[in-house]
Amino acid sequence: MIVLDGVAKTFRANDGSAVPALAKLSLSFRPGEFVALVGPSGCGKSTMLRLVAGLIPPTAGDISIEGSRVTEARSDTAMVFQAPTLLPWADVLTNVVFPLRIMGRYTPESEDKARELLALVGLAGFEKKSPRELSGGMQQRAAICRALLIEPRVLLMDEPFGALDALTREEMSLELLRIWSARPMTVLFVTHSISEAVLLADRVVVMSPRPGRIAEIIDVPLPRPRSFEQEGLHEFQDCAQRIRSLIFGNGGRRSGIA
Amino acid sequence: MAADVAELPEQGFTLPPWVREIVVPIVAFMLLVAAWEAMVHGFSVPEFILPAPSAIWTETTKIGWPVFYHTLATLRTTLLGFVASILISLPLAVAITASPLLSAAIYPLLVITQSVPKVALAPVLIIGLGANELPRVIVTFLVAFFPLVVSTTAGLLATPPELIELGRSCRASRFQEMARIRFPFAIPFVFGGLKVAIALSVVGAVVAEFVGADQGLGYLIQTSTAFFRTSVAYGAVIILGILGIVLFQVVELIERIFFPWSNSHEKMVV
Ligand SMILES: Nc1ncnc2c1ncn2[C@@H]1O[C@H](COP(=O)(O)OP(=O)(O)OP(=O)(O)O)[C@@H](O)[C@H]1O
Ligand SMILES: [Mg+2]
Repeated sequence: MIVLDGVAKTFRANDGSAVPALAKLSLSFRPGEFVALVGPSGCGKSTMLRLVAGLIPPTAGDISIEGSRVTEARSDTAMVFQAPTLLPWADVLTNVVFPLRIMGRYTPESEDKARELLALVGLAGFEKKSPRELSGGMQQRAAICRALLIEPRVLLMDEPFGALDALTREEMSLELLRIWSARPMTVLFVTHSISEAVLLADRVVVMSPRPGRIAEIIDVPLPRPRSFEQEGLHEFQDCAQRIRSLIFGNGGRRSGIA
Repeated sequence: MAADVAELPEQGFTLPPWVREIVVPIVAFMLLVAAWEAMVHGFSVPEFILPAPSAIWTETTKIGWPVFYHTLATLRTTLLGFVASILISLPLAVAITASPLLSAAIYPLLVITQSVPKVALAPVLIIGLGANELPRVIVTFLVAFFPLVVSTTAGLLATPPELIELGRSCRASRFQEMARIRFPFAIPFVFGGLKVAIALSVVGAVVAEFVGADQGLGYLIQTSTAFFRTSVAYGAVIILGILGIVLFQVVELIERIFFPWSNSHEKMVV
């Protein structure tokens, strides 16, 4: 259980002014739940993930995971950053096993598992390549492998498929669902795609900006396992339409969020 | 006129790249030497003012093995001073990066050591420590280490915050953050500093040998000018130049072989 209790975050900008990124918000995530976070750019989605990851302290309120307060990064929490963030001097395989090495959890089997994961996301044969030699989408997939390899109980993903083309994106979504159903973990998944949010999530947290707030939390009533055929169902359409109207105002259709 | 366009490449003379990069500099260098030789003979310049290249060659090779030993002595001082610079600069840079307190304590001292003219310090050190290898190595170190500290510190501090955050998300200790993220990131900066340091080490060694030594190329220059053997002094200067170039290339080779991702020649920061 992840609990955010009255959590607020205000950044101090370089010129000394206060930037409120998240207004006081309280919500909780059930263990094993798949939650999508959507909202316009700058509404504090990345900030929320970094708070849960223990990378930045909240200005007010408390965050706890399974009853213990989050004050620093946890070894059972993995983060996929908005940018791939690979070490430029290390090859792909070294990058993927990097967290295990840092945490002192590297075993001889780790490398085999890393290779399996890389093959799963279509990066077989790229193990010894430098990140420079990979496209942005391939780098992001390597970063996803790096997060999955530590077998987290909480997986925080910040627009992980943002750099992927539509086809790879759909493939990766289904692969992620398969991995998630095979091994229980709580997933917080930030996305700019409303249909992706509905397809993947049990609940969709819709946020609104300046300062970041929760506009509404929407339950997705679609049965699992999910597939792209469900996009035609009227439950799917209702959810998507509801999210769209929350973000753009009633019935509004604007570009920026698909 | 299509015919005119087609003829264009043959009009301007384009040399193959290997000719341009290797043959052209060699030819230019040989022309320069030839012009020097001709000028000295043409104007009958006395040898002690400006010796001809041929005179430099004959006079210097005439000395024989001792030139080789002088070169070795300078090389030893240079390398010892260079290694001392590395051993002291890198931990110093880490200390400066790791703690604002240490940084506040160390930086003013560093600036002071840089403001003191090392050439003036050399005789003082030699009185204090005697005319042996140690003061020479210290002078070499003092001349060479500063750029290495500055560029290594710059590299450690330039590590992108995303990589630092990645480290923290993996629960990296401060030591791990330094050793596995900041330091590898700083490698191109370190090599930028090392290339300056190796060139300065040669300078430092010669300065030290001017002041207190009984061997070395600096000593050779000193003694041969005292006896107006200008040709030999010029020979020693040329050997020093070659020594500097070779050492610089060795540092660059080490970088290419062991740190292929580093390209400090592309982003030299000192
Ligand atoms: N380190 C920081 N210093 C100052 N302000 C910050 C910092 N990080 C985020 N902010 C501010 O907090 C707000 C929320 O940022 P955040 O990155 O969480 O948005 P986001 O919802 O992830 O946006 P996007 O969809 O574009 O990634 C923004 O107004 C941003 O300017
Ligand atoms: Mg973001």
